[in-house]
Amino acid sequence: MTLELDADVLVVGGGPAATWAALKAAEDGASVVLADKGYCGTSGATASGGTGVWYVPPEPESREKAMASREGLGGYLADRRWMARVLDETYDRVNELAEVARYPFPVGPDGAPLRNGLQGPEYMRRQRIRVRRAGVRILDHSPVTELLTTEDGVVAGAAGHQRQADRAFRVRSGAVVLATGGCAFLSKALGCDVNTGDGALFAAEVGAELSGMEFSNAYGIAPEHTSVTKTAFYNYATFYRADGSVLDGAGSQRGRSVIARTLLASEKVFCKLDRADEAARKAMRLAQPNFFLTFDRLGVDPFTQPFAVTLLAEGTVRGTGGIRIVDDGCATTVPGLYAAGDAATRELICGGFTGGGSHNAAWAMSSGSWSGRAAARFARALGPSAAQRPVRAAGGAGLRPTGATSSVSAAEVVSAVQAEVLPYDKNYLRHGDVLRTALGRLDGTWSAVRSGLRAEGAELVRARQAAAMVAHARWMYTSALARSESRGMAKRLDFPDLDPAQHFRITSGGLDEVWARPQEVAA
Amino acid sequence: MIELVSAARCVTCDKCVAVCPTNVFDRGPDGVPVISRQQDCQTCFQCEANCPTDALFVAPQTHPLPAESFAHDEEHLRRTGLLGSYRRDIGWGRGRTPGAARAVGPALSPSGPPLIS
Repeated sequence: MTLELDADVLVVGGGPAATWAALKAAEDGASVVLADKGYCGTSGATASGGTGVWYVPPEPESREKAMASREGLGGYLADRRWMARVLDETYDRVNELAEVARYPFPVGPDGAPLRNGLQGPEYMRRQRIRVRRAGVRILDHSPVTELLTTEDGVVAGAAGHQRQADRAFRVRSGAVVLATGGCAFLSKALGCDVNTGDGALFAAEVGAELSGMEFSNAYGIAPEHTSVTKTAFYNYATFYRADGSVLDGAGSQRGRSVIARTLLASEKVFCKLDRADEAARKAMRLAQPNFFLTFDRLGVDPFTQPFAVTLLAEGTVRGTGGIRIVDDGCATTVPGLYAAGDAATRELICGGFTGGGSHNAAWAMSSGSWSGRAAARFARALGPSAAQRPVRAAGGAGLRPTGATSSVSAAEVVSAVQAEVLPYDKNYLRHGDVLRTALGRLDGTWSAVRSGLRAEGAELVRARQAAAMVAHARWMYTSALARSESRGMAKRLDFPDLDPAQHFRITSGGLDEVWARPQEVAA
Repeated sequence: MIELVSAARCVTCDKCVAVCPTNVFDRGPDGVPVISRQQDCQTCFQCEANCPTDALFVAPQTHPLPAESFAHDEEHLRRTGLLGSYRRDIGWGRGRTPGAARAVGPALSPSGPPLIS
């Protein structure tokens, strides 16, 4: 038996952006269903990791400094108007967290309240409670597998599979918000294995566009064979070779590529947080208890004992590419479809670079809130008969293969994609020749998926994740090849300099035929 | 990865089954959760944080550990304080102060605010 539901707004995802979208849509009077692949409250990078927040009080000088500080790093692709409205919205939403959600923000040594960060489990636990109290129907463990559209191509809901109840579900809605996160290619970076780029696949299948997919090669530092990719405290690190000598040029903020090159040469890289003084060491534990879980359980004192490190791919989770946004309500190019959080491009506020956290968290609150309100308005304008519109299912790869036989498994597809996007010498240290070869292989994998990947029930979810990752990788490398320069995080070994003539964004899309083209940055 | 479900401590509340973002557990015949899909565990520690009786242990390694590993020795984990340490550190559980309220870290730059996450 399929679970059938109607709603004004369907929110897909369960992280920060999804919860803000659901809250604001419900506050606007909409009936809301939130469907999360995992569990709303623990799903995603924020819930497990915690996050800094781009929270800047509305003083002109501080705001100006906040906006100017990252423009160069982002390759001058951000938009001042969007930065200003995200700073405004984020300031209000964080204060709402303090005053309405009663998030227990700490107080600084001078007695002043501190609101520049959020502990992940505490933040998302409270968001879940608020969403539920707002009357939103939460479907946990309910991965969406495809969108539904009207005959005119207007998005009108989604279908999926409830994996614990083991039954199909379908939500017909006036509008859909995709807040499914970025894509980290199942690298086991902290909290990111639910982020397989599903939303971008759904969006592309109904004709939506992406933007900034070349900004998709973020790698986080973690102790070797572990998951905690929290990198702030590596500011206190010294990196060493196996023989104990200092690894020259290696660092967290600058010099991560030195770590990558050393690892590529089959050498281990070791680390000690030996630049933290006693006071800092104590305080660090309070700020990031999860950072120390790994060390305490490995029996390592990170301040005095060297530990081996690795770099885990964080793709478009800490990158900035995603579904293209075309108006202030975070609409996509497809009517009825909105995008928020890491599923959407974050170029509008940080161009081609984020260090994760801060800007992405601000974007999730802001774009989540705006998309929720806009989706509610869109649904209201359709009137009460919206749920009666005839719909058709839009899903393709991994769901409705073109071939007659099943010829490839989801696990094989995942391995094939990972082989092209995880290695540092392909995705991190990019070169055109290598990218072209990788893209050729990924195109081959896509063809195999399109014709011969089929699955049902719970396995359908794995098939769709695999398809989403192949699609993501192809937009990434097609976009990376379209930018023959180095800008933001999209650096090219064969084009090491920024080219002022390429001061544009790169829009991409397509599935069987992937395309990428320059898009002017609004003045 | 999740390595231990203590049947002795478990109160069969199903919380871990519900909150695991990657759906690693199934409810066992006696109500005690079973680790059915360990390979899907993303080592996020959320099940531990939400377990009211500290019946779970997540090892930091992202690959399964051998049977003789410390991660399966409940008595050792209890003695060393590792069992339930995440829940304790984030201040979840009766009578505890939320860790968020105490999360004043170092400032990473001389002019910057203390890190609180």
